[in-house]
Parts: sequence; structure tokens; C-alpha cells
Amino acid sequence: MGKEQKMTARVTVEEVERVAELAHLELTPEETPRMLDDLNAILDYVAELNELDTSGVAPLAQVSELLDGGGSGVLRDDRVQPSLDRAVVLSQAPETDQVFFKVPKVIER
Amino acid sequence: MRKKLLDSASKSVENFVEQPKTLAELRAGILAGTTRAADLAASYYERIAQKNPRLNVYLSLTKERALAQAARVDDAAAKGDPLGPLAGIPMGIKDVLVMRGAPATAGSKFLQGYRPPYDATAVAKLEAAGAVLLGKTNCDEFAMGSSTENSAYGPVRNPVDTERVPGGSSGGSAAAVAANMAVATLGSDTGGSIRQPASFCGVVGVLPTYGRVSRYGLIAYASSLDRVGPFAANVRDAATLLSVIAGHDPHDATSSPATVPDYATESDKGAEGLRIGVPAEYFAEGLDPEVRACIEAGISALESAGCTVKPVAMPHTKYAVPVYYLIATAEASANLARFDGVRYGPRSKDSATLADMYRHSRDEGFGAEVKRRILLGTYALSAGYYDAYYLKAQQVRRILAEEYLRAFAEVDAIVTPTAPTAAFKLGEKTGDPLAMYLADIYTVTASLAGICGVTVPCGATKAGLPVGMQVLAAHLNEGTAFRVARAVEARD
Repeated sequence: MGKEQKMTARVTVEEVERVAELAHLELTPEETPRMLDDLNAILDYVAELNELDTSGVAPLAQVSELLDGGGSGVLRDDRVQPSLDRAVVLSQAPETDQVFFKVPKVIER
Repeated sequence: MRKKLLDSASKSVENFVEQPKTLAELRAGILAGTTRAADLAASYYERIAQKNPRLNVYLSLTKERALAQAARVDDAAAKGDPLGPLAGIPMGIKDVLVMRGAPATAGSKFLQGYRPPYDATAVAKLEAAGAVLLGKTNCDEFAMGSSTENSAYGPVRNPVDTERVPGGSSGGSAAAVAANMAVATLGSDTGGSIRQPASFCGVVGVLPTYGRVSRYGLIAYASSLDRVGPFAANVRDAATLLSVIAGHDPHDATSSPATVPDYATESDKGAEGLRIGVPAEYFAEGLDPEVRACIEAGISALESAGCTVKPVAMPHTKYAVPVYYLIATAEASANLARFDGVRYGPRSKDSATLADMYRHSRDEGFGAEVKRRILLGTYALSAGYYDAYYLKAQQVRRILAEEYLRAFAEVDAIVTPTAPTAAFKLGEKTGDPLAMYLADIYTVTASLAGICGVTVPCGATKAGLPVGMQVLAAHLNEGTAFRVARAVEARD
């Protein structure tokens, strides 16, 4: 776990903006303070978990391991099979050239 | 005098409740040829036309597909061909499950105009069993919410009292059954999204064991928690529906290979001799006294039905909501990264760069609660906070799951209130996200543990608002939950 980390409620405006950037979200000047308050209220609340000593407890990411005969690790064979038709899939996209999805320019040159 | 009458009329509760016929009654009619599937579908579309403008239950109707299916059922019935267990049964599908060519908005502006190119496995199984799928039901955006007020297409009103929420996120699916705008419906439950609205609307809702029903074709919210399950007007019908949609699916690696029992027949076995656990932690501060009284009466009824009732200790219950909101939002932040304006959904106009296009499209497409949860989840997963939040939550998740496993070594089922209160008023909690999250306080623990459960109507408050009892059972023990729920349903 490396250095001891604790839940430290009190997110700053800069942190909200950084997280929004990581999540590709845009927040308006009106939204940012509201999200800041909401996040701090929620983080204050979840800090209750600090009361529990969880040292030595293995994390549980999903429950299949708890089920008898569960689906965990039962994977189908990796075989090439027909998939969705390209034209049908591309018909849902905002912009294509009939072969690929098109997006705005990524690299300036 | 006249004025007085008008006053009292305006104060009276507007009520759209109507009891659907049972699957057995409808099936008998279809088999005998006295009910035609086409007529049945038409009568449901008529009722939808009357009620939907007020209740906002359906976001779109799939009439062409429904009527073609009804015609197939009527043809088969006329020829004396074998009919599936749901032949001709009119059903609604929560708008987070995809049907080929039909709208699938997930309650979001982001998917306006999207027409999925395939059917969800649960949808395909219903149709193979003869069900007639009427349309797509309203829900909180991307299933994030406890009142259906987060739908980008307006809230659903509770058919019991139109000033109140139907619960959420599957509010449309619960209200559809309560108002007989479908005989049964499908919903999804990540933290309580089937059970809590079923409780608020006075219908039966099923949380199948994680992996019991394929998630293929379910628009993902939190993949380690998401379940697909049915709503019905009675427990036996809900059991029949689960047998149809359950089973292994090669398209969902987490789906269970365990054989699927005939749950309706299981539910006929009665509850006598079953050991019922009652956790005091679910009856603590915050539980509405009228809800408590209803649930206690239900527990007495189980004793009368021959169950033994004993206390079980679940001391970590209070940590479930914080754990749930960290894990669910972390998974959501990853799942919702796919909504980027590239492959589907509207793209924001006039963005010079790819990064701008992502940001603008997501800003225009997502509502406030979705943004809030993506931000919380991204924060919990970000460098420097991952161990303190996400890892910690996963550790406590194991503690909570093991607490259930220990309890189920001593008892066959655990009963609790489904929600701490009956349906609240529209707008009552929209300003306070945390208060809204606490509406899930009794449902999230079972979600985290992956166990199964059924919520069954169990009385009403003095104001006539339905109260639901949550019956929980161990992994893949749905049959036991149905047996207990049947006994609660049959109480005097």
C-alpha cells in the first residue's frame, strides 16, 4: 500500500478542475462551486470508512469468486466469429468516411 | 357547498393504479382462443395512450415489432402449435436494455437518436418465450438515481400518488406494472434500482444473483454490480419471468453456468420450516415508524406461516452506502468514458481538436448527476487517492459480503424493509445528492455481496403509500426468496 493514505475530505477548486480534465468533462463557472460542495459533502460522508481496520483484508473487485460454480474464469474459446456489419455500426456514428469513424484533427502539422 | 367539493377534489390523491391479470389467467385465455394477443396488445396501447401523458412511463413505443410478435403468437395458437411460457404477454423494457432498431436513450440526451444494432440477451429470451414488447420505459439517466427525476426526458409520476416519485432508477418499469401499462417489465438494479421502485409503487421486483441473468445488451453503469431483473404484479409471475431470462450466455463472461430451476414451481413449495433472519441494523434510526410497523406485521405473518424467526448480526451494514458510492462511481467513470461523440450519439459542433470535441460532447450530453458521479469516481481512482478510496472500499466490500455468507450459514433468508420510507414527493430530495443516496441504504449491501432478493408488497402507510419487504437469500437461492415472498404476499 506504500505510504499511509487516508481519506482527506476537502477537495479544492483546483482538484475539481483537474479531475474534470481527467474525465474529459467541462464544468461551467456556475457548476464548479456546486460540484465542489457536493464532492466535499460526499467525501466527508465516505470518510466513515476510516473507522475500520482493513489491514490484511483482500480487496473484492467482483463476486464471481464467492459463487459455487460461478462464471469466474470460464471464458469462451478465442475464435474468429462474424460480428456486427460495418455499415450498420457506422450508421450510428456522427461522422464517418464509410470505412472509419472520423474525428477532428488530433495532431497539428 | 360546490366550492367545498372542488377543494376536497383538488386535494385528493390522483391515482392510476390498476391490477393486471396474472400470467396464468392470460395464458389460459390465449390457449383457449378467447384472448387474442393482437387484441391484448391493442388494449395495452390504448391504456398507455390514456395514462402516459400524465405518468411519463414510456419513452418510446415499439408498436410494429410488438404487433408482428402478437400476430405470430395468434397464428401459432390458431394452428395449435406449442406456445412459449410468455405467449402474448405485453411487457415493457427499461430504456437501458437495447432492442435492435429501437430507441435506447438510457434516460440521457447523449443517446438521443441512437438505434442499437442488436438485442440484449434478456430481451431476446423474452421474445423467444412469446412476450410482446410494447416499448421502452423511462429511467434515471444511465440508471443513476433513486427517483427517476434524473431522466433527461422528465420524471415519472408514481401511479399510487402522482405528486410522488416512483423510486428509481427503474421508475418507469415499476410504474408500468402498478398502472397496468404492461403485465410485467424488465429493469436493472445496481444499488437498488429494481427493489426500491417496486417497493414505492407496490409491485414485486427481483434482484437476481449477480451472473444469473446476462448483462449483454445492458448499457453499463457499474459492471461488477449491474443486474437485469423482472417486475411483476405478483410473486409467482416474477418467478416465471426469471426462469425465462436467467441462464448462461457466452456474450457475458460473468454469467453463471448454473442450471436454471423452474422458479414458479419452487415458489409453490411454501415457507414452512424456513429459518428467517432479522438484522437489527436494518431497523435502526432513520426507519419510518409506519414502514417499521408494516414490516413487523409481515414478519409475524411469516411466523404464522411456520417460519422460525431469529436475529442475525450485520454490524458493518452502515458502511455499505459509502462503499457502494465509491465502487459504483469508480466503475461508472470508466464505463461512461465510451460516450465521447465518436461512435454514437450526437457530437458537439465546431470543436477544433479531438480533446475539445470529447469535452463539449460530454458537457452537452450528460446531466448533473452523471457528471457528479463521473467526477467522484475519477477522483477515487486518481493517483494519490486510489488506495485511500477505491482499494479501501473493495476491502470493506469483502467484509460486507462475508457478513452475509456467515448469516446464510444460520438462516435461509433475511428480511428487511426495502427502503427506509415510502415514496417521497417529487422535488423533495433533488437538491441534496447525499439525502438521495441514503434512499438506497437497505438495498446496496446485497448489491455489493452479489446475493439475490425479492421485494414484495407488505402493507401500506396510513396515507395509502405502499411498503415493500426485501427478502434476501444466498447466491443462486432465488427459489428460497420466492417462497418467503409468496408467504408474505399471502398474509391476511
